[in-house]
Amino acid sequence: MAETRFFLRILLLLTLLVWGGSARAILQIEITEGVEGGIPIAVVPFGWSGAVPPESDVAAIISADLARSGRFSLAAREAFREFPRHGGEVHFENWRAIGVENLVVGRVLPGPDGGYQVQFQLFDIYRQGDGTAGDASRIKQLAGYNLPTPRGGLRRAAHTIADLIYETLTGEPGAFNTRMAYITAVGQGEARRYALRVADADGYDPVTVVESPEPLMSPAWSPDGRQLAYVSFEGKRAAIYLQELATGERRLVSQRPGINGAPAWSPDGRRLALTLSEAGDPEIYILELATGRLTRLTHNTAIDTEPVWMPDGRSLLFTSDRSGAPQIYRIPVEGGRARRITFEGGYNAAADVSPDGKRIAMVHRTEAGYRIAVMELESGLLRVVSQGRLDESPSFAPNGAMILYATEHGGRGVLAAVSSDGSASQRLVLQEGDVREPAWGPLPRH
Amino acid sequence: MNRAVRVVGVLMLAGLLAACAGSETKEGGEAPEVIRGGEGAEGAAAGREGTEGAATSALPDGGGVRLDSLDDPESPLANRIVYFAFDSSEITPEAQALIVEHARYLALNPGLRVVLEGHADERGSREYNIGLGERRAQAVRRLMLFQGVSDPQIEVVSYGEERPADPGHDEPAWARNRRVEIVYQR
Repeated sequence: MAETRFFLRILLLLTLLVWGGSARAILQIEITEGVEGGIPIAVVPFGWSGAVPPESDVAAIISADLARSGRFSLAAREAFREFPRHGGEVHFENWRAIGVENLVVGRVLPGPDGGYQVQFQLFDIYRQGDGTAGDASRIKQLAGYNLPTPRGGLRRAAHTIADLIYETLTGEPGAFNTRMAYITAVGQGEARRYALRVADADGYDPVTVVESPEPLMSPAWSPDGRQLAYVSFEGKRAAIYLQELATGERRLVSQRPGINGAPAWSPDGRRLALTLSEAGDPEIYILELATGRLTRLTHNTAIDTEPVWMPDGRSLLFTSDRSGAPQIYRIPVEGGRARRITFEGGYNAAADVSPDGKRIAMVHRTEAGYRIAVMELESGLLRVVSQGRLDESPSFAPNGAMILYATEHGGRGVLAAVSSDGSASQRLVLQEGDVREPAWGPLPRH
Repeated sequence: MNRAVRVVGVLMLAGLLAACAGSETKEGGEAPEVIRGGEGAEGAAAGREGTEGAATSALPDGGGVRLDSLDDPESPLANRIVYFAFDSSEITPEAQALIVEHARYLALNPGLRVVLEGHADERGSREYNIGLGERRAQAVRRLMLFQGVSDPQIEVVSYGEERPADPGHDEPAWARNRRVEIVYQR
């Protein structure tokens, strides 16, 4: 336990600078709260052989991923007594002495066409090995892989290794090899510029998808991760576009009088739920993308908006203030009676559904402000997981373990992430301007 | 009240000037000479001192001389922002008077168009706030239609919390951001 606290302290101090392609700091990640009782693990700096050092510090990327998940307590490099590059060089007593239970070692070897072979092994320091080679025989190897990696692909390889470690030790898939979309706003008044950007889930390598002097809103990933739907006010009125990320090609799918908002892809990717107000007030519709056929789902004079699909595609959740204040409702995809599902608190809005369909995250007003709450759908039990005053736009990681959301820090809009149980959190700070409306992309398809 | 009377005077004089310049004004229908027939004489007398600013501010506009109460900073029409209480689209009596001024002007000038931009403060969720901004703009629209403005003259756009008038994060800023802006299209 003493060791755990030691790791926790190190974790709290851990500040990682994430560098953009041009070596410019884009997002700064600050771990604001670590988890006590995380799995103690050490990731030894990877060895390398070759004329040129590898482009990225693989071990640092893996460590940062694991730390951000809130499930691990990472030992600091300063505490290491040795720097083994493979199992044969590990002396388990050196790791037991500093409270490490799981150890990651690896190396980067030159591969064909300027690429690499990334090798790594994960050991359980306290379990017996099968007696094969050297010291490593006295500890148990839990995983070992050789990843052929193209040039420029080391960050991705590191995220893949972090996913493998995460899955091996927690039994759940990792979500480190994913991306997020978000909106930035820089400048004030007439000079304000809005951008929709996509970055790796750790904030690295941000790419601008679209930029505009008029507001951009509500990015939503297609289930295959290839397209984004978003709202743009270019032309001084709202419209919904779909944009192919690889080509930048985009398609206008809705520009009706009034609101065109809150796009949400169906799990099969063939339909888009959205909010339109051409009938006089905001209502939920479903747009069939291939045919353009539009079906109205809600009929109510209240504000009905923020649709989100249940993972089975058979019903949707949405925000409505038909009871006098915004609450979350559920409605079958073919329409019919909407049932209210949130009853705790006077303001619940902008629901996102966990990938297993068992929990929702939403904006929930407390006496201290607007916070992110997670509610179990079956029991209705609600838990506040954020601590801000103006928290909004919750978005589940595709493995359900974390929630990205937008908050205010130092008078600016920043992104934050919290583990779904609220135990670990961190902030992602853009160097300039406001960042908001994070949308966590899907897991890559293999 | 005093101010309103003076404003009528301004409008009267502006109307006179507009009438003089009538041949050069393309959209003659917009000249506000017909505003409030009954209260005219007294208003004109009371308002005279305040008129010069209004006239000069409109004249340098170049080309087609267009004396328009929209360009008169003393006119009630210069005030184009309607404010709302938290989570409310209820129009206060004060706001109602303002909206009615604009509605009458629009009804008398059917060639004019406005966009009603609905806004919300930053609290709560963004798309719900788009809904709130829309509801506020619709409340203003309904009142304008009731005053005789024709439907095609009005367009509603809700920006929710996306375009704050005040970037602050406190009560005074939020109060300034819960608004509908009446934007004349020219």
